[in-house]
Amino acid sequence: MSERLVTESVSPELLLTYYKKLLELRLFELKVQELYRNGRLPGFVHLYVGEEAVAVGVCSNLEARDLVFSTHRGHGHALAKGVPSTIVLAELWGKVTGSSGGRGGSMHMYAPEYGFMGTNGIVGAPIPLATGAALSAKMRKKQQVVVCFFGDGAVNSGSFHEAVNMGAVWNLPVVYVCENNLYATEMAFLRATKNTNVASRAAAYGLPGVAVDGQDVVAVHEVASEAVRRARGDGGPTLIECKTYRYVGHHEGDPGTDYRTRDEVQHWKQRDPVKIARKLLLDLGLDENQLQAADQEVERLIDDAVEFAEKSPEPRAESVRDHVF
Amino acid sequence: MSDQGRVINYGDAGVEALREEMRRDPSIVYIGQGIGPRGGNFRQTRGLWKEFGDDRLRDTGICELGATGAAIGAAMAGTRTVVDEVFLDFALEAITQIVQQAANISYMSNGKIKAPVVFRGAMGAVRNAGAHHSHTFYNWFANTPGLKVVLPSNPYDLKGLFKTALRDPGPVALIEHKSLYNAKCVVPEEEYLIPFGEARVVREGKDLTIVAMSRMVDLATKASAVLEAEGVSAEVIDPRTIVPLDRNRITNSIKKTGRLVVIDESPSSCSFAAELLAIAVEDCFDELQVPPQRINSLPVPNPFSPVLENQMIPSVDRIVGEVHKMMKSSRRKT
Repeated sequence: MSERLVTESVSPELLLTYYKKLLELRLFELKVQELYRNGRLPGFVHLYVGEEAVAVGVCSNLEARDLVFSTHRGHGHALAKGVPSTIVLAELWGKVTGSSGGRGGSMHMYAPEYGFMGTNGIVGAPIPLATGAALSAKMRKKQQVVVCFFGDGAVNSGSFHEAVNMGAVWNLPVVYVCENNLYATEMAFLRATKNTNVASRAAAYGLPGVAVDGQDVVAVHEVASEAVRRARGDGGPTLIECKTYRYVGHHEGDPGTDYRTRDEVQHWKQRDPVKIARKLLLDLGLDENQLQAADQEVERLIDDAVEFAEKSPEPRAESVRDHVF
Repeated sequence: MSDQGRVINYGDAGVEALREEMRRDPSIVYIGQGIGPRGGNFRQTRGLWKEFGDDRLRDTGICELGATGAAIGAAMAGTRTVVDEVFLDFALEAITQIVQQAANISYMSNGKIKAPVVFRGAMGAVRNAGAHHSHTFYNWFANTPGLKVVLPSNPYDLKGLFKTALRDPGPVALIEHKSLYNAKCVVPEEEYLIPFGEARVVREGKDLTIVAMSRMVDLATKASAVLEAEGVSAEVIDPRTIVPLDRNRITNSIKKTGRLVVIDESPSSCSFAAELLAIAVEDCFDELQVPPQRINSLPVPNPFSPVLENQMIPSVDRIVGEVHKMMKSSRRKT
């Protein structure tokens, strides 16, 4: 794996920034899990633990003006697109300082000021939305790229078929990123579909489709880099399938063990995206002290987010009717 | 509305609104099936493709879910869009995008993201189209916070309301009636806008108030002429937009006449007529001389047989008959 690093796509300096982002996503979600289990956060949360290399590898290719549409498992996408962990956590806490002022929560979190066009409570729904945003980008001739994340559950929905087909025929600047974590809630992908090769479905729409190891941030970065370049150059959409896994249940409260074996979970944990990136950095010559400094930097970031969110005020009850229209 | 000037039909009035607004605002993109070279199933976009081309008149395949979602996503990203569902019935294929995404987006994003999108569709019974092409479920939309609902009943209103919809922060459901496309009236060639939330008094009267939406306005007007000949003076009110609703103009009329009948092409249970009756009871209880009434379509799927469909939907005779009953009784001396 370190051999591919020697390809000029990622320097050690860049890889260190990816590593810190991976760790931020990981520690953020573990903190959310702790707060949620302690009854501090309202609502429901779907955690991204184990899938971090997808968001970081893809978003490392994006510019501030580019747009990301995300899913119900979207905290990681928001952070990877550059939304500060402070306002993401404040939103999960229902605070007025949150990215949606406490009106959205985990699955309805919007930060257009960072190009983050929302998590989404409806599986498949962001695919048409992202396709339309890409149409807008193309019409406005801004060389803006749109990325749409979705899970393996979404690819069996009508939204996927209709939207990817439109994105293809209109040659839109959009990258469709399937995070294939093998389960749609509890439904194993191989029980839900005959063709479990998501990337191969691209051929049905006349698109390039590519599958990649979703636990390897460098591999994801490289594949996404080509797709983003194609989109920005008016070369049309790409379908990327990132093979990944969530270490946790579907949502907090689901142990995730009724439909998955302990062995399977352990197998995937052997290929942990944070550890893989850390090992690559050591192989490239960084020393343990440098990495510990990076770790501490990220830990402080998460502590700051908790302090910010915890101390932030609740929305005023009288504001309940604001922003309906 | 004047009776002097140029007369055009409902379909042309919609085209004129679109042409004026698409010239004024180069960001507007129109998405739907058969709306390009064909000019629309109801001729509702005729001539526009020739002027604005493939980029702005975007024909799609038969994929309302994808097309509607794309129109919303484009709107969220800064492009004003119209998505033509053609038959309102087909919006059901896309209802999750309309209700869950478009209507919620302003609120969910704390007002940071707007979706300036117009959902256009034609509703209602016409020429025995049968159960799959005749629905009138605008009341569902009115029960969805975040969505404005516009029901133009004539060419003049269609032009002015469509132009307003195309400048609204959105989203707006612009629901036409299929049987009105050939209806004609005077429509000024110069620009005008009709604000949302302003009901129109179609006809002034003093004995009872008839509130009617969309094609039912025409039936109410015809019924009021029959009643006039019998010495009953009916005030006919067209809300024009049911979200936002001009509650004051409607309740002021009810307070004046003491009687209300609502004509509504949807089935009565949980209909917009039910909402208007509730408003009458809430705001005008002391002034009502008789219980407010509603005349709706019967609660059956639209039948194919002309005999059965005519039995189902409100008619001038039903309206006149109901008013006769209401005029006989009185809760208090006038």
